[in-house]
Amino acid sequence: MSKFTRRGLLKSSAVMGAGLAMPTLITSPVAAYTNEPTGGSVTLGFNVPQTGPYADEGSDELRAYKLAVEHLNGGGDGGMMNTFTSKALKGNGILGKKVEFVTGDTQTKSDAARASAKSMIEKDGAIMITGGSSSGVAVAVQGLCQEAGVIFMAGLTHSNDTTGKDKKANGFRHFFNGYMSGAALAPVLEKAYGKERRAYHLTADYTWGWTQQESIQAATEGVGWETVNNVLTPLATTDFSSYIAPVLNSGADVLVLNHYGGNMINSLTSAVQFGLRDKQVNGKNFEIVVPLYSELMAKGAGANIEGVFGSTNWSWTLGDEGTKAFVKSFGEKYGFPPSNAAQTVYAQTLLYADACERAGTFNPCGIVESLEGFEFDGLGNGPTLYRKEDHQCFKDVLVMKGKENPANEYDALEIVEVTPRAQVEYAPDHPMFAGGSLGKCNPGA
Amino acid sequence: MDAILLQILNGLDKGSAYALIALGLTLIFGTLGVVNFAHGALFMLGSFCAVALSKIFNISKITIDPDKVDFLGNPLKVKTPYVIEWFGESTGAAIIDWSVPLAILFAIPVMLLVGYVMERGLIKHFYKRPHADQILVTFGLAIVIQEIIKAAFGANPIPTPAPDVFRGSYDFGVLLGMEANAVIYPFWRLIYFAFSTVIIASVFAFLQFTTFGMVVRAGMADRETVGLLGINIDKRFTFMFGIAAAVAGLAGVMYTPINSPNYHMGMDFLVLSFVVVVVGGMGSLPGAVLAGFLLGVLESFASMNEVKGFFEALYLPSIDQIIIYLVAIIILLARPRGLMGRAGVMEE
Amino acid sequence: MRHLSKSDKSTLIIVAALALLAPFILNPFPEGSALAQFNAGYPDLMQRFAIFGILAIGFNILFGLTGYLSFGHAAFLGVGSYSAVWMFKLLSMNIVPAIILSVIVAGVFSLLIGFICLRRSGIYFSILTLMFAQMSYSLAYSVLTPLTNGETGLQVYNDDPQYLMGPNSPTVTNLFGLEMRSTFTLDLGPWAFQFNFGYYVCAFFLLLAFYIAIRIFRSPFGLMLRAIKTNQTRLNYTGLNSRPYTLAAFVISGMYAGLAGGLMASMDPLAGAERMYWTASGEIVLMTILGGVGTLLGPVLGAGFIKYFENIFSKINETVLHGWFAFLPDGLNDAIVWVLHFFVGKGWHLTLGLLFMLIVIFLPGGLMEGWTRIRNKFRGGKDDGEAPSPTAATTPAE
Repeated sequence: MSKFTRRGLLKSSAVMGAGLAMPTLITSPVAAYTNEPTGGSVTLGFNVPQTGPYADEGSDELRAYKLAVEHLNGGGDGGMMNTFTSKALKGNGILGKKVEFVTGDTQTKSDAARASAKSMIEKDGAIMITGGSSSGVAVAVQGLCQEAGVIFMAGLTHSNDTTGKDKKANGFRHFFNGYMSGAALAPVLEKAYGKERRAYHLTADYTWGWTQQESIQAATEGVGWETVNNVLTPLATTDFSSYIAPVLNSGADVLVLNHYGGNMINSLTSAVQFGLRDKQVNGKNFEIVVPLYSELMAKGAGANIEGVFGSTNWSWTLGDEGTKAFVKSFGEKYGFPPSNAAQTVYAQTLLYADACERAGTFNPCGIVESLEGFEFDGLGNGPTLYRKEDHQCFKDVLVMKGKENPANEYDALEIVEVTPRAQVEYAPDHPMFAGGSLGKCNPGA
Repeated sequence: MDAILLQILNGLDKGSAYALIALGLTLIFGTLGVVNFAHGALFMLGSFCAVALSKIFNISKITIDPDKVDFLGNPLKVKTPYVIEWFGESTGAAIIDWSVPLAILFAIPVMLLVGYVMERGLIKHFYKRPHADQILVTFGLAIVIQEIIKAAFGANPIPTPAPDVFRGSYDFGVLLGMEANAVIYPFWRLIYFAFSTVIIASVFAFLQFTTFGMVVRAGMADRETVGLLGINIDKRFTFMFGIAAAVAGLAGVMYTPINSPNYHMGMDFLVLSFVVVVVGGMGSLPGAVLAGFLLGVLESFASMNEVKGFFEALYLPSIDQIIIYLVAIIILLARPRGLMGRAGVMEE
Repeated sequence: MRHLSKSDKSTLIIVAALALLAPFILNPFPEGSALAQFNAGYPDLMQRFAIFGILAIGFNILFGLTGYLSFGHAAFLGVGSYSAVWMFKLLSMNIVPAIILSVIVAGVFSLLIGFICLRRSGIYFSILTLMFAQMSYSLAYSVLTPLTNGETGLQVYNDDPQYLMGPNSPTVTNLFGLEMRSTFTLDLGPWAFQFNFGYYVCAFFLLLAFYIAIRIFRSPFGLMLRAIKTNQTRLNYTGLNSRPYTLAAFVISGMYAGLAGGLMASMDPLAGAERMYWTASGEIVLMTILGGVGTLLGPVLGAGFIKYFENIFSKINETVLHGWFAFLPDGLNDAIVWVLHFFVGKGWHLTLGLLFMLIVIFLPGGLMEGWTRIRNKFRGGKDDGEAPSPTAATTPAE
């Protein structure tokens, strides 16, 4: 009953099952792995939210995917392919095959996301699935891809679990996670607000919220802060007034909002309405922290984010060559700068293609092998490592702040500090990531 | 004490939003006998009246500033709203700043029209149809309205702040002789509460003290007899549909500074407003208002740390997630027709 | 089978034939052609058609016969899926214990909720069921995370106990060793037809569910349920207590939902809380009304209709549209694509909403009425009384 033998059995029984189920009369030739591309093209599956609250984030991801496909096929100005340190990509598709893509709607629901991913695999012959904008969806689709034997490049997913207890051999995450947010934010917060602070947490009452709150609490307590209270808020809350109201009299002088998307916009708006940021508590200015930022959230919260600290995966205002190249080709094609979601999925698509080229095959096991422990630079995040042990990507994390007087709607956030990679690294067996195992890569078929 | 006072304020504030939406819903039901699943969408449309108006005020003349460059290195395009061009810096900026209150004037005719068109064009044909059909058609309509708004404004919430003078909050504690910061409450939320009370009162006054309202009330009680008296009750009911739409729309306009509106906010309110209507008693206007405030206050109290802690000790963590439903179920089991419902309505 | 009337028998045979040949019927367009986008004959979607068909048939036993409109049926679906996944985690990946448990648990759960909610009727009943379902959703999403795995959904992990798992047992869902995912692809010229074992398991249960539904519709019990719908007060005056009958109908339809949930988990061993959200319950109501309330075949059609839109229309993106109209001059192509892109891809909800409205406005009896009308036109107005006439099918359903 050890994991290893069970995995081995999975393969052998799959082969046996396939042998039994397929009479040899008029069947297609047995493929070496799921959806082995046979023609002159290869299909990627872009599974993003197109309806529901994160639809705009999904649209931005799709724009970046289309740009990546264009660049892979040799169109456009090549974007980050020119700055990428690996030079395996030649602009002639992947392994000489033209890149095509299909899109689907995750609706930010794990069921719908899996249905959509399945149709890409079963109907359209997609060899890789990527995208999504929530951890629930990422974990669900990652599990599916592991079973089906295709590669999954997670999009926006910030929960520790994605590469923690729910990690899978066929899945890779380019995005950072809750632990990294905490590790990057804590020193900046200490520098800005001092060691003697009392924090009040409002946390979305589900897995992502809990893991992020745990990470931030541990990191801030590490620099000497005290945690006054942690209040869980129901996911369906739209008006956070009754959770914000007691904060001022709790003796806390910092409010940490472990919310994402619409929840974060609403809770921050309420906090600002209650005038928390104009108040003095314990002789200090009251402050608000939003550990995870996105450009769209900043846009939705408007002027309320001024001076509020948070972290992001990437920002178009970075000055490195990769970023400049990407912002140029994205900006020229669409007329506005890309979000960090767009950069994440663009980089992942290039990385997947590059891994195929270096492995010389589309076989998921070959790709896993060439991505594990892969170190590179030039994709906008500085020197980056895809760690072998848990398929988490390690790179610099950005600490951002809401800009006081933004010049336009894309300029709402400014970089406070680029936290170096060494500072956000952790051991693969860190307790916050405990449990679960990668298992073995599954080529399916 | 101060915490309880705060949560009562919160509850009244939340409750006034629930009450306004539920009032319109139950008005439509009481007059036309139609279950309107698109009512949440009307609330959302109201919000987007405010968004649209602020967008209109911000329509800008684009001039090229050759000295500055944008992120791609092209000459920077400078936007100056036409309102500022025409009315000057200070007046123009004030108009933009006041776009939410001004949107009330904009929203009333728009929402009355929307209500009128909806009733004449669609709902009218569904009076005699089963409630299930009404639900399906209005739900379809709600989706269509939602998707049109999404196509026009995107899915992301759009911040639409209140005028600058209403920023900040009022310190009740000082007024009551408590220490500073004990009970503070945002100005705009206070205005929202006052505004809702006025709207609710005027709807009741209209129904109570005008001849028109009297006929409508009579029609609600016995439509056929009123019809036999030679009164064109349908026409008045159509007008009431418009009123209900306008009430939902105004609730939406005033709500925009509290939470940035997005295209699916109507659906978020829909279930809760149905719960409110049913707890109040189908077709009962005072019931809807009472239940709205009741559930609002209840929700606020349930979110208090002390209350949450108490229930957690009873192995019921996160009571705030289910308290409304729990209490509503108990009320419905104890009082078959909700708080103030009449017998025979929607009970077949 | 011999108890069935001739017309019921022929309906059942038609359904069986459709289910059996679905891989052909749903894949009319050759691979690689522009219209292949509209093919629905791949395993996952075919499974969904069958599963949601079962769900809608079950819902129709409650709503179509008694007129009680439950707005919380998705809760039973969710409970069923959770029980099934727990069986996979604790016993083995064999679907038999999973499906049995999911039906039982959903039955018990619906007995409990039905017992409370059926004390009220009309919209009060609907809102009560809605509130129970919303509570189940909230609890499953957060508070009961140890039991449901919350946001991420309940999955099978490598280190789960799986006590009945032998050294040779398959590690994917199976029926005594036959894997649900095993698929046989038949290549016929440019066509590729996929025969999936999992789908046929679902289809078998669909037929079983359909057969049981026919028997219920035609039984004295079914007649009693119709009497409740027609006039409950009068029924009560005759000294008859109608509640045991409605409760039985509620539990039966809850068990149907549990079966659907169990099957869903068997085809794809993950159970998420969103399955229980009120919009999911609403979807079941829409499927039934759209297909035709109180008809036998309608709910299945309605379920297929909605799932088809969700899975096929959402995948048509602008690139695909440009591909279709590539033969047109550039400007015209762009214009047509610009108009159409509001209705497909990210705009698929809009199309669905418009179709809801159109169908309910012009076909009050749902898709089944459309079918009856077409058939009557061809037969010159003759009706063999197989399906209830549209007016009977849509008597006030409050």
